[in-house]
Amino acid sequence: MPVTENWKPTIVAFCCNWCSYAGADLAGSSRLAYPADVKIIKVPCSCRVNPMFILRAFEKGADGVILCGCHPGDCHYSTGNYYARRRMTLLFSMLDYLGVEEGRTRVEWVSAAEGVKFSETMNSFVEKVRALGPNVRLGDLRCKN
Amino acid sequence: MQELIVRAKELLEKGEVARVLGWKKGEQEYDAEPAFFETAESLDNFVYNGFCGANLSKYMIEAGKKEGKTLVFLKPCDSYSYNQLLREHRVDREKAYIIGVGCKGKLAISKIPFDGILKVSGAQYPDAQEILTVETLYGTETIPYKDAMLERCHVCKGKDHVVYDELLGESADTVDADRFAEVERIEKMSPEEKFAYFQSELSKCIRCNACRNVCPACSCRKCVFDSTAFDSEQKANTTSFEEKMFHIIRAFHVAGRCTDCGECSRVCPQGIPLHLFNRKFIKDINALYGEYQAGSDLECPAPLTSFTTTDAEPGVGRG
Repeated sequence: MPVTENWKPTIVAFCCNWCSYAGADLAGSSRLAYPADVKIIKVPCSCRVNPMFILRAFEKGADGVILCGCHPGDCHYSTGNYYARRRMTLLFSMLDYLGVEEGRTRVEWVSAAEGVKFSETMNSFVEKVRALGPNVRLGDLRCKN
Repeated sequence: MQELIVRAKELLEKGEVARVLGWKKGEQEYDAEPAFFETAESLDNFVYNGFCGANLSKYMIEAGKKEGKTLVFLKPCDSYSYNQLLREHRVDREKAYIIGVGCKGKLAISKIPFDGILKVSGAQYPDAQEILTVETLYGTETIPYKDAMLERCHVCKGKDHVVYDELLGESADTVDADRFAEVERIEKMSPEEKFAYFQSELSKCIRCNACRNVCPACSCRKCVFDSTAFDSEQKANTTSFEEKMFHIIRAFHVAGRCTDCGECSRVCPQGIPLHLFNRKFIKDINALYGEYQAGSDLECPAPLTSFTTTDAEPGVGRG
């Protein structure tokens, strides 16, 4: 994909039902702006996100993937986000190892009261991914198409 | 080798074990392959030499479904895999009689760079000679034993078995390299170089599934890579997603359970250094959640099924 001035990244945001999705809702009802490039997928808990979801998002053409969940200690299911944190730490480190720039992956804890944080996070993440350009890697590590 | 056969025959004849799991002669001397022996006579084909790198612990899952005890020979590093399977309740300790065999480093035929190999002498255990003599169609060559060793033996886990009923033979620690040196080398590359490196390695993959089938940690009854569209077992899926992400997914599925036995790299017909994926996870786990060796301990919590409230945030401590 050629990089043009008008190129818009595709960002997939996995948001947990209890905090971050409500945070996104608050951002909306507070009329805070965040780029339309962010596609939100609601999940019951951040630990519902199987590492394969992230890989599949990249394979399907995402340029960046962000996972949002309740703040550690605030998980609706008590401990889900602690497990998610370990998994994502390892997965993102592996993606970095494979050559997917670390700016394309991010985890952010956003509570239901943090509409402003949600909007700021999405703005800065989209900016960062836009600077990195389209994700040409991970689409096909085995170069078989 | 002879003492192993004698002991195995003794246990078979006494009826203490119903079968023996070991290695048998292949067509070539360097083709030793895992095999079950049910009778004392069949043990004549038993072999234990430098080419018996195969880890037998995974076969104990199948053996556990049969009647009676199975005698299994485990090298020190194989015993970690067995212990890990024990922890995951995949094998039945009651149905195994484990003889810990001595190991002084195993050989990889692919590391012996001569054509037309007929015979490798010095590969007979326990005479782990310093120099191997290789008879080929074109003459006799020599190579230092160390140079022909499997990659995993250069980062040997040590000479002690973590689980056994009895020990036979001596082991030696053959470590002579830094386990994470190659991972660190890749971590220092730029994103472009990293991707180019892995693309060049992974594009060799023919999706034969040998790495999955040999892996002791890959012992799920139902594997995500099995197709649901065919009745025949182990038919691989061919969706583009799996084609592309196979190795990353596989490495993640065994993260925290992989003992770094190196079987994946040993069996890869294309010579892809698959252990580099597993080792990256092990390196990160060690750095972020404390030193952890899967299979060494049956009690301590596994890194991906436990947590602390003060764990590092994703993105911290990246190479």
